[in-house]
Amino acid sequence: MNPTPSQTVGPFYGYALPFPGGGDVALGGIVVHGRVYDGAGDPVPDALLEFWQADEQGDLRGAPGSLRRDPTNGAVLGRHGVDFTGFGRIGTDLDGHWTLRTVVPGNGYISVCVFARGLLHHLYTRIYLGQDAFLDSLPPERRRTLVAVAEREGVYRFDIHLQGDKETVFLDFG
Amino acid sequence: MSEPLTQADIDREIAELSAARAGEPADHPARDYAPYRSTLLRHPRQPLVPIKDPQASELSGPVFGVTDVTQLDNDLTKQHLGEPLGERITVRGRVLDRDGRPVRNQLVEVWQANASGRYLHQRDDHPAPLDPNFSGVGRCLTDDDGNYLFTTIKPGPYPWRNHVNAWRPAHIHFSLFGTAFTQRLVTQMYFPGDPLFPYDPILQSVTDERARQRLVATYAHDLSVPEWSLGYRWDIVLDGPAATWMEEGR
Repeated sequence: MNPTPSQTVGPFYGYALPFPGGGDVALGGIVVHGRVYDGAGDPVPDALLEFWQADEQGDLRGAPGSLRRDPTNGAVLGRHGVDFTGFGRIGTDLDGHWTLRTVVPGNGYISVCVFARGLLHHLYTRIYLGQDAFLDSLPPERRRTLVAVAEREGVYRFDIHLQGDKETVFLDFG
Repeated sequence: MSEPLTQADIDREIAELSAARAGEPADHPARDYAPYRSTLLRHPRQPLVPIKDPQASELSGPVFGVTDVTQLDNDLTKQHLGEPLGERITVRGRVLDRDGRPVRNQLVEVWQANASGRYLHQRDDHPAPLDPNFSGVGRCLTDDDGNYLFTTIKPGPYPWRNHVNAWRPAHIHFSLFGTAFTQRLVTQMYFPGDPLFPYDPILQSVTDERARQRLVATYAHDLSVPEWSLGYRWDIVLDGPAATWMEEGR
């Protein structure tokens, strides 16, 4: 069957998709943060990032409950913190910045899906936290766009450039 | 200062790109679609890098469950003390994968403008009234056959600043998950017969006419509820790797 076409997330998803604690996939592990930039080098304040990853053992069977809600009033209760859901969602702030709190996935990378106003079809990339054969297959200047940079113990930087000299490697799963 | 961009300018660009891409079957819009001006600095210029790894994380994806939604979440007309203004509608459909299999128990999220064409968003400065009885946000889980159902209000068209006198056709934003992260889809559902279709660069970014039609719901009289709401049907097919390398990862 032919797929339904993608359309942009637009500028007004902010009251619908992000949720409190959306970037807190797991506490007590690492922090990965960065900015999303456009082709002019300006921060993108209306991007929405989603993250999907394995747990520390490499298990990809994330539990439900990322968006857990209170049936009394519909308020978001969020993850209860016992099960690992593997899913994160963050809207960038006015400075294009985002912060993810999580654990190092057992298979070495965090998958990222990028949505934004002006982006008609989402983009996939990966945050690598260590060596990988796929990284080795890329030219060095492209490879470095996928590698998180350690800023200090447990804190990593990962900027996403939608276009330009520092353009991030985006992935096609065919 | 450059001349303000007119609808005629945009119409010309849309026509040129439609002609240039005529006969090219394309399910999704190109990310570099200049008539939608915000794309200019927000699309990659480098080709995407293919990944065909049967162990890829993206062949699995997040799951959601009964704790992630409440029973009121799929009725956007019942989230406040009073009834919202506008034309009450029910929107029903199925979420399927490319092989036609239902996507079961997965999250569907929607958001939309109110009947006057205004979003409950601080950055929406369209001088149309907000409705204290309408937030325009809903979610539900698909059932075992992949069905979803929302009760809401038909959203109004609204102006935007892509060019002078730019108006978006009425639409409901949809966000969908499949069983794999590669099947992720964010899109917009349109209403049949909207006269704004030819003027809208976001809809026209889908240059393949048949693909574009897949974004338009069908009025379904059998889904209309007597003395209550008008019914629309919109089925959604999620893209994603159909090749054998994906099955190897299962």
